[in-house]
Amino acid sequence: MLNNATSLSRSGLRDWLIQRATAIILSAYFIFILVYLFRHPHLTYYEWHALFSNTWVKIFSVMALIAMVLHSWIGLWTISTDYFIARFQGSKAVYIRLAFQGFFALLLLIYLLFGVQILWGVSS
Amino acid sequence: MNLLVQIYRYNPCVHDHPYLQDYSIDFPAETDMMVLDLLHLIQETQDETLSFRRSCREGVCGSDGMNINGVNGLACIMPLSQVVKKNKLVLRPLPGMPVVRDLVVDMALFYKQYEKIQPYLINDQPIPVQERLQTPEDREKLDGLYECILCACCSTACPSFWWNPEKYIGPAGLLQSYRFLADSRDTAKKERLSNLSDPFSVFRCRGILNCVNVCPKGLNPAKAIGHIRHLLLEEST
Repeated sequence: MLNNATSLSRSGLRDWLIQRATAIILSAYFIFILVYLFRHPHLTYYEWHALFSNTWVKIFSVMALIAMVLHSWIGLWTISTDYFIARFQGSKAVYIRLAFQGFFALLLLIYLLFGVQILWGVSS
Repeated sequence: MNLLVQIYRYNPCVHDHPYLQDYSIDFPAETDMMVLDLLHLIQETQDETLSFRRSCREGVCGSDGMNINGVNGLACIMPLSQVVKKNKLVLRPLPGMPVVRDLVVDMALFYKQYEKIQPYLINDQPIPVQERLQTPEDREKLDGLYECILCACCSTACPSFWWNPEKYIGPAGLLQSYRFLADSRDTAKKERLSNLSDPFSVFRCRGILNCVNVCPKGLNPAKAIGHIRHLLLEEST
């Protein structure tokens, strides 16, 4: 069996399941937001604030944010192991791959922390 | 009818780079023939240095898989009338494989992946006096799987196999893998599945479906990969 230290769960099956589950959460969230925007064509700051003051919307938003981070990591990890390989970049490939993975791991972590802070910071 | 045939030529001992060589062939308008016959015609009448593999010339041995006008297929069962466009035909070796010479590729990695899936029946029961029997229903489960001739048309049309031929088993190997997973006489299902659950062997398949489009035997490796995923889910959840 092949192992990989930087894949999300080290198991192909688990990564595959997580990617599908997070895709469902993200789809549901975007449908929810689109329906909300469609039903509020003249959206005001107060309505938008009221929406995100709701605890359930906060939970749903944080769930979508976590889903986005996990989903993106699996996708970006796959891209990095497809295109930054010794066949294309020779012995430099491992450094390019690690830099790519490191950059996006950090970026996604910032997204997550920043996102949670913003969403949880909305006063009820 | 005049046909322009462009063939990928490369002899690593002689050429620095591969190139496309033009051949011009005249036919009576109503003539049709297989791409392999055309290659023989060129070899016999114009250029005896042209190299390609062939054996049975009837789509059974899988030796003459090549890229015909951009699509992988077997030269011996591909009629010119189906592939020639605007009186032009371009023949290249199977994509992504190291070229030994002209249309002949090195299949070592392809066979290495095939070897990994243990393409033989494993059974820990005592050997019966006669053969191991199957019900007709169990035998039916192998239809659409055992017919694979390992021509490599599918695996070499798969981008995931182009990028990771050392790690991803590829559609041909996975079709064969499912052929043994689905066999009622095989007792190594758990061991076979545990060898496939890493992020590369099966899960590098991104559902591009080039394999299904090009298989000259009309098989469906993507469906077999779906069945393997389902078995892995059953086993691990």
